[in-house]
Amino acid sequence: MAHRLPSGGLVIDRSKPVEFTFNGQKLKGFEGDTLASALLANDQVLLGRSFKYHRPRGLIASGAEEPNALMGVGEGPRFEPNQRATGVELHQGLTARTQNHWPSLGFDVGALNSWIASRAPVFSAGFYYKTFMFPRVAWKHVFEPVIRRAAGLGKPPKEADADEYEHFHVHCDVLVVGGGIAGLSAARAAAANGARVLICEQTPHWGGRALVETETQIGGMSGADWVRGEVTALSGMENVTMRTRCMTSGLYDHGYALLYERVADHVPGAEGTPRHRLWRVRAGRIVVATGALERPIPFANNDVPGVMLASAVRDYVRLWGVAPGEKAVVFTTNDDAYRTALALHEAGVAVAAVLDARAEVKGELPARARAAGIEVRAGYGVAKVKGGKRVKGVEIGRLTGMGQVGGRREELACDLVAMSGGWSPVVHLWSHCGGKLTWDAEAAMFRPDPERGPTGHDGAVNTLACGAANGYLHTDLCLSDGRVAGMSAASATGHSRGEMPEAPEVQAIPQAHPRPLWFMPARGKYAHGTKHFLDYQNDVTAADVQLAAREGYESVEHAKRYTTLGMATDQGKTSNINGLAILADQIGAEIPQVGTTTFRPPYTPISFGAITGRARGPLFKAVRKTPMHDRHAANGADFEPVGDWERPYCFRRMTPEGRESRAQAVTREILNARQKVGLLDASTLGKIVVKGPDAGKFLDLVYTNMMSTLKPGRCRYGLMCNENGFLFDDGVVVRTGEDEFLCHTTSGGADRVHAHMEEWLQTEWWDFQVYTQQVTDQWAQVAVAGPNARKVLEKLGGVDVSDAALPFMSYVEGTLGGLPARIFRISFSGELSYEVAVPANLGLALWEKLAEAGEEFGAMPYGTEALHVMRAEKGFIMIGDETDGTVTPQDLALGWAVSKKKADFIGKRAQERAFLAAKGRKQLVGLATEDPAEVLPDGAHAVKEVKAKSRMITIGHVTSSYFSPTLGRSIAMALIEGGSERMGEVLSFPVAKDKVVKATVVDPVFYDKEGERQNV
Amino acid sequence: MLLLTCPHCGVSGDETEFAPGGEAHLKRFGPGSSDGEFETYLFYRRNPKGVHFERWRHAFGCGKWFHAARCTVTMEVFGTYPADVTEPPAELVETIRAKRPEWEGF
Ligand SMILES: [Zn+2]
Repeated sequence: MAHRLPSGGLVIDRSKPVEFTFNGQKLKGFEGDTLASALLANDQVLLGRSFKYHRPRGLIASGAEEPNALMGVGEGPRFEPNQRATGVELHQGLTARTQNHWPSLGFDVGALNSWIASRAPVFSAGFYYKTFMFPRVAWKHVFEPVIRRAAGLGKPPKEADADEYEHFHVHCDVLVVGGGIAGLSAARAAAANGARVLICEQTPHWGGRALVETETQIGGMSGADWVRGEVTALSGMENVTMRTRCMTSGLYDHGYALLYERVADHVPGAEGTPRHRLWRVRAGRIVVATGALERPIPFANNDVPGVMLASAVRDYVRLWGVAPGEKAVVFTTNDDAYRTALALHEAGVAVAAVLDARAEVKGELPARARAAGIEVRAGYGVAKVKGGKRVKGVEIGRLTGMGQVGGRREELACDLVAMSGGWSPVVHLWSHCGGKLTWDAEAAMFRPDPERGPTGHDGAVNTLACGAANGYLHTDLCLSDGRVAGMSAASATGHSRGEMPEAPEVQAIPQAHPRPLWFMPARGKYAHGTKHFLDYQNDVTAADVQLAAREGYESVEHAKRYTTLGMATDQGKTSNINGLAILADQIGAEIPQVGTTTFRPPYTPISFGAITGRARGPLFKAVRKTPMHDRHAANGADFEPVGDWERPYCFRRMTPEGRESRAQAVTREILNARQKVGLLDASTLGKIVVKGPDAGKFLDLVYTNMMSTLKPGRCRYGLMCNENGFLFDDGVVVRTGEDEFLCHTTSGGADRVHAHMEEWLQTEWWDFQVYTQQVTDQWAQVAVAGPNARKVLEKLGGVDVSDAALPFMSYVEGTLGGLPARIFRISFSGELSYEVAVPANLGLALWEKLAEAGEEFGAMPYGTEALHVMRAEKGFIMIGDETDGTVTPQDLALGWAVSKKKADFIGKRAQERAFLAAKGRKQLVGLATEDPAEVLPDGAHAVKEVKAKSRMITIGHVTSSYFSPTLGRSIAMALIEGGSERMGEVLSFPVAKDKVVKATVVDPVFYDKEGERQNV
Repeated sequence: MLLLTCPHCGVSGDETEFAPGGEAHLKRFGPGSSDGEFETYLFYRRNPKGVHFERWRHAFGCGKWFHAARCTVTMEVFGTYPADVTEPPAELVETIRAKRPEWEGF
């Protein structure tokens, strides 16, 4: 049984009991426990089911590398799936439940997979590829529903997140990742030399393994005491920022790092603090002091709950006062695991034996174990573990020269197996941004190659690894390596006072070299490694990797994807090295020749909340509002987004029958504008001033039309193409002075057009004397459209707006109704129309004056939908409806607006390409449906021939489609192959399974073809 | 997240402060050019493995266009300079040559 020890536990406070719930059951732990240590203290060794075979799984680790113990933690709006129990701090009222089992943790249907797999080669390497290829229908109806039900990792939360998240943007000279002794030494050295230092540690405790390795003395004191002193010293320095519970998720180009701080996970709902914080850090130098992870040993059934990493067993005993079992067997390839045997022995847990893979065992640690009366068996290994939901014992035997368990088997009873296959430096961060590794055969590990580290913007290596992350597993080397890294990092960022903090004296027990052992095949039933788990989370076995190699997946990257080794949420922290060593062995290559797969951020998963930060709800995206916005809202406006703007779609009035529908409002607004007068808030229209001696010359190049010939006070509708010859914006250009133009753009296009102009001015025609300035927000603008428009303006008075003084397509400045105004006589509705612009702060006053003056003439506001219908009635195109980036002005019958006189303009050369003049290009047409009440769906396709069975050939599509109240029938525009030559032809639009709409090709100008209404 | 320095306003900013604009120093072919010339201008890019001259705009800053000489393998930025030139400054070319002797040149 796993149990809480009567005493001990460096980080728990036994005076503060904490209650929590696990799968509905009330349990107790202490403050300082992790969910993992508290569960273990309550003898909960079965904590989940594996992904593929649904095998019972328990803890194998105590920290970030834990692959098995993933839990759903919290409730309701604070529920979060896939939390590693080893990373969850226990707090009062915490609820946790296991996942990935159905119907229950104890009895699980998916475990049949395991039973089946023992009889047939399913779920082996490449299983997904091989099984789900054919037949397709089986995937949809058989495999997917079953797999979705029984597999998967956790369930997503159902409620909106109750917490807040935020981002920090931080610059520092030196970022130190990891708060163990190497990291602390580096921070101390860098800070002593004056560098601004940020040091972060992913756990709640500084010190790393120094807290656990109690037999090591630093500076004449325990590791824990030394760490406390260093932390106190660092906290007193104003150039040092320290954060625990802060995991460095990834390193990116040029010293950019993302840190994930779990501010309030351990105090849910705490006032005034975000739950998580994402640190976006730009560091001059980065010191990677991320330590090392212990490797499991792949022997048969090495996944039975109770098989753990030796270091984790030691952690549970010493940090949390928990014994993970009553009787242990230690299986090791190195000296380090003897510390676990000794820790267990000291805590009163029986150690049945230490099995050491090395034929000769003579170090100091083994000697101490022997002296404590622990049996040490040199040259022995575990053949297999016995037990299902918990370890019952191990079969052991002598290791042969080939690394197999041979000879006579013995059985040892135990409920805990502590394994140690040696240590791997945590090189993830080093590798994220291109840092290279080198294979150290003696230490049997990949370690960072300092010459080939990640580089900064200046090409210099900007990341330094130190301590165990750099391959130095011994305390004294960790300390000195950290100090050197800290000094170098400070010096590289211009901080060099020559301060070298004093090196503390270290008393540690020296260790002998390990024996590399990647795979522990036995004879007989388990010879093939099918129960030798490498990747616990994805259920990848030694046999899977061997099979992948035999099937030709010899590259480590291929083998990874074929077997899914290392592709789970733990990213193979415990499995990668064993996996590639087995691959190397299988293909007869050396480990460094096989190489490693690419590590990618995040180091451990981070929350979506942290990534989102404050950017949610109304803060997700800025909304632009015109000066008249509130007035529209009070006037019954239904808004719609146009670019970043909110514009009234229509204004729904109250009637005796209740509030108008949208359709009723739009119809009323159109008829009112056509018969009396309408007011449109056109402030969103893009406005760009182009000024300078070369303004006309520049606009001749930007627009397809000739603009330099425009007379001051006159307006011209212009088209803008990109260099590819395709139409991308349109609008009215006004010459407001000899060397000044005002270019109107579409509402959503102002920023894009302005950027386009600047790009050409700055990068191609930089010798032109021209300035551009976007003034969209500086002006409020109202379109006054309808037969009574002139009367409204005349009533306001102050400017002569008669046809003689202000003819169609002209412009005047004056004081209208007491307001300084620019009046453009332009029309997008086809009616007599003026657009009046005033400085933005006077926008509301203008709107109110117009509404008041217009009252006796029947003025009513209209919205964007009425605007769209009226422009369609007139056959005016809309950028984004009739254009999609592949349409030329000529396709839209706008060739009249493309100058033939100009030597050059943007897009001119492209429009000379043969295919743009080819017959059969899609061209703009109008459509009249046979049934005038039938409105074609937007985007409906016209087909060459309606066919019931075979595929139909499309000849074009509807680009705009409305019911026109003016004409009392539906109207539509479409782009149809060879459209201009199809006038009168009836086209078929299959819009549903049994429905074909027929429509006749007509002129796209449906209303007032001569333009008489605007010219009065 | 590249760190780029705008040669106009002097700000060193995160990549997200800038907008990329593709290969620099393209020669524009307008009306009168052959189909081949125009095709090359519009669609063909060098896409080198190594030294690359590229356009950036300080979009969320001063709004100015500039060019950066950058290594597409290591991300090293050799230098930045204003966009109103048809070739990189001679000193920058020398800097790159010193750091990348195998470079074929601009
Ligand atoms: Zn700038």
